Amino acid sequence: MKNSNQLWELFASVRLAVFTLCTLSLTSIIGTVIPQKEELPWYVDKYGPAIAQFFQVLDIPNMYNSWWFLGLLGLLCANLIICSIDRFPTAWRLVKADQLAVSPDRLQSMPNREDWTHPSPLAETVETLQSSLAKAGWRPTSRKVDEAVLLFAGKGAWSRLGVYMVHTSILVIFAGAILGNFLGFKGNVMIPETESTGKIFAAGSSEPIELGFEVRCDSFAIDYYENGMPKEYRSILTVSENGKEVLQEEIEVNRPLTYRGITFYQSNYQAYQNFIIKIAAGPDQTPQFFKAPYQQEMAWPEGKLRFGIINVEAQGNRLDRIKIWLKAEGQEPSTMWVENGKEASFSSSGKTYQLVAKQMYATGLQVAKDPGVWLVYLGCLLMLVGLYVSFFLSHRRIWLLLRPAKKNNETSIVLAGAANKNKIGFARSFSRLVEQLHPNRK
Amino acid sequence: MTSSQLLGITTLAYLFATLLFVFVFVFKANRLYLFAVAGTVLAFVIQTAGIGLRWTESYEMGFGHAPLTNMYESVVFFSWTITLLYLGMEWKFRTRILGLFALPFALLAMAYASFSTNISKEIAPLVPALQSNWLIAHVITCFVGYAAFAVAAGLGVMYLLKKGGGNSAREAGNSQPGNLLPAADIEDLIHKSMLFGFIWLSAGIITGAVWANSAWGTYWSWDPKETWSLITWFVYAITLHARYTRGWAGKRLAWMAILGFLAVIFTYYGVNFLLSGLHSYGSN
Ligand code: HEM
Repeated sequence: MKNSNQLWELFASVRLAVFTLCTLSLTSIIGTVIPQKEELPWYVDKYGPAIAQFFQVLDIPNMYNSWWFLGLLGLLCANLIICSIDRFPTAWRLVKADQLAVSPDRLQSMPNREDWTHPSPLAETVETLQSSLAKAGWRPTSRKVDEAVLLFAGKGAWSRLGVYMVHTSILVIFAGAILGNFLGFKGNVMIPETESTGKIFAAGSSEPIELGFEVRCDSFAIDYYENGMPKEYRSILTVSENGKEVLQEEIEVNRPLTYRGITFYQSNYQAYQNFIIKIAAGPDQTPQFFKAPYQQEMAWPEGKLRFGIINVEAQGNRLDRIKIWLKAEGQEPSTMWVENGKEASFSSSGKTYQLVAKQMYATGLQVAKDPGVWLVYLGCLLMLVGLYVSFFLSHRRIWLLLRPAKKNNETSIVLAGAANKNKIGFARSFSRLVEQLHPNRK
Repeated sequence: MTSSQLLGITTLAYLFATLLFVFVFVFKANRLYLFAVAGTVLAFVIQTAGIGLRWTESYEMGFGHAPLTNMYESVVFFSWTITLLYLGMEWKFRTRILGLFALPFALLAMAYASFSTNISKEIAPLVPALQSNWLIAHVITCFVGYAAFAVAAGLGVMYLLKKGGGNSAREAGNSQPGNLLPAADIEDLIHKSMLFGFIWLSAGIITGAVWANSAWGTYWSWDPKETWSLITWFVYAITLHARYTRGWAGKRLAWMAILGFLAVIFTYYGVNFLLSGLHSYGSN
C-alpha cells in the first residue's frame, strides 16, 4: 500500500516530468548525428563491426521507433495522465469554489486592498456599488453575512484549466499518431502516363498494398521558370472504381488528391525515351493514343497513317520541340516540328489530322492513409488555445465587504482583489477599479 | 535604390545604434539614450523598406513571393523581428538599456546575412515544394519565436551582469536609462519573453508539420531539423516546469534563457551546416 502510494506520487510529480523531458532531449540528439534507417552494412562500413553491433542492440538505426524511445514517450504520457488525475480535482474545486464563503480575515490579508466609508446607508450603498461594478465590467453576486453584505465578482475562473488543455493536447496528439500508425499506411507508386494501377508499395518494406480502386495517370507535365528551374509538377489523375470513372483531378506539389481516405501526393517523376502521340482524324473524331519509341515507325491502319518521332530539341532537361514524320496512305511523306505537348494539325490530300506529341513520363506519387491526422490537428489546436489561456489569461477575483459604519447612515467598505497570474497587471487594473468605485478618494 | 543597398545600409545603421548603446552604458551618457533608441527605429524603418522592396523586386522578376524563403531572407527577417520585439518591449515596459543586449543579435544576423559567403543573396523563384502558404506561416511563427528567445537570452546576459556586476549598490534606486533595470524586473521580462516565444515556437512546429503533411503526407518524419526544433521546445518546457517545482528563478532562469537560445541557434544554423538533413534552407 505504501509502495503503491509512493509510485503514484512519483508518477504524479513534475520532477519525473523534468527528468523525462531532459532524457528525451538528450537522446533525441543521437538520431540527428547518426544517420537513420540505413542498412546494417552501411553502419559496419562507417563505424566498424563492434559499434554497428552495439547500435543494432539499441535499435539506434531506427531510434525514434525503438522500444526504449517509445518507452520514454509512454512514460511521459503516463506521467501526464496521472499528474492530471492527481491535480485536476483541486483545480476544478478552485474554478467552482463558492467565493462568497471567504472569511473577512482573508480579505484583510489580500495583496490588493482598499478601505473607505461611503456616506449612505448599507442597502443604498450596495445598490450603488453593484451598478458601478457592472459599469466597470464585473458581474457581482452577493450574500448577507450577519449584518454585513459581501459582494463577489470573478473573471476567467476557467483559465485555471488552460494547463490541463495543454497537457491533454499532448495526449490527443499521441492518440492521433498511434491511430495513424495502426490503421493507416504510407507508400508510393510510379504510374506511367496513360496507365493505371490498383496497388501501391509500402514505404520501407515495399510490400504491395491494394487500394480497392484504380488510379490512372492521364498526363504528367513540368512547368519551368524562364531560368530553367522547375516551377510546378502536375499530374492529371483519374480514379475509377468497379470499372467506372468516379473522379478526375489535377494534382500539384502541395495540392494532393484524396479519395476514400487515401491521399495521393505529387512527389517525383521519371522521364522515358518514349513519346505519347495523340491523333484524331479530324476535329470531331475521337483521338487515338500511341506510345512511340524514339525514331521508330508507327502505324495506324484505321487512320491510314504511318508516323514516327525523328528528332527532338531540348534545353537541359526541358524538351521543347519534337520533329514528326508522317505519311498518309498513298501520299508522299512529310515532316513537321511541333511544340512538346501543344496541339498541332496536319493536312494531307484534303484530310486534316489533329495531333499532340509529348515526351512520356511516369508520375511518382506518395500515397498515404492517415485516419489519425484530424486528431493530431485537433490536439495541436487545443495546445495553442491552452497555451494562450495558461500564459495570458488569469483568474481575477474581487470582493467587497460592506458593513454599517458606527456613524449612522454610513457604510464602511473593504475592497479586496487577487489574481493567480500576472499580478503586476492585476494591481494596475485594481487601482483603476478603486478610482471608479471611490471617486472622492484623496 | 535596390533592396540589397537598403539592407546594406541597415547593417551599418544597426552597428551605429549598437555602438550608441555601448557608449550610453559605459559612460552613463543618459542623454544620448534617446538617440540610441531613435537610431534603432531608423535602422528598423530602413530594414522594413528593404524587405518591402525585395518583395516588390521579386514581383518585377515575374515570380513574386514573400521574402521569407531562403537562408538569406530568413536571417534578415529574424533580425527584423528581434528589433520589432525589442522596440515593443522598450515602449511597453520601459526596458532602459535592453537595446544593448538585444540589438547585437539583430546586428549579428544582418552582418552574417550581408557578409557570409555561405549563403546566396539572390532572389530566386520557388521550387514547387516551397509554394505553400503554410511555408509563410511556418517561417513567420518560427522566427517570431526565435526572436523572442533571442531577446530572452539578451535579458539573461543583462541579469547575470546585474547580479555579477557588484555595482548594484551604486545604482540602487537610480532609474536613469543608462542603468540596468532592477533584477526582479529583468527576471520577470525573461519569463514573459520565454512564454511568448514558447507559444510562437509551438505554432511554428505545428505549421511546419501541417505543411509537411500537405506536401508529402507525413506531418512528422524526425529529420534533424524537426528533431532539433523539438529539442529546443523541450528545453523551454523543462524551464517552465523547473520554475514551477524547483523554483528555478534568478540566475538559473537566466542561464536557461541562454542555453535555450543556443539550442535555437543550433536548430536554425547548426543543423544546416553541421548535420545532414532534408531541409532545403541553407543548402545553397
Ligand atoms: C512536453 C510535455 C509538456 C508540456 C509542453 C507542458 C507544458 C506546460 C505548460 C505550458 C505549463 C504552464 C506553465 C506556466 O504557466 O508557466 C505547464 C505547467 C505544468 N505542468 Fe506541464 N507540460 C508538459 C509535461 C508535463 C508533465 C509530464 C507533467 C507531469 C507531472 C507536467 C506537469 C505540470 C504541472 C504540475 C504544471 C503546473 C500547473 C499549475 O500551474 O498549476 N507537465 N506545463
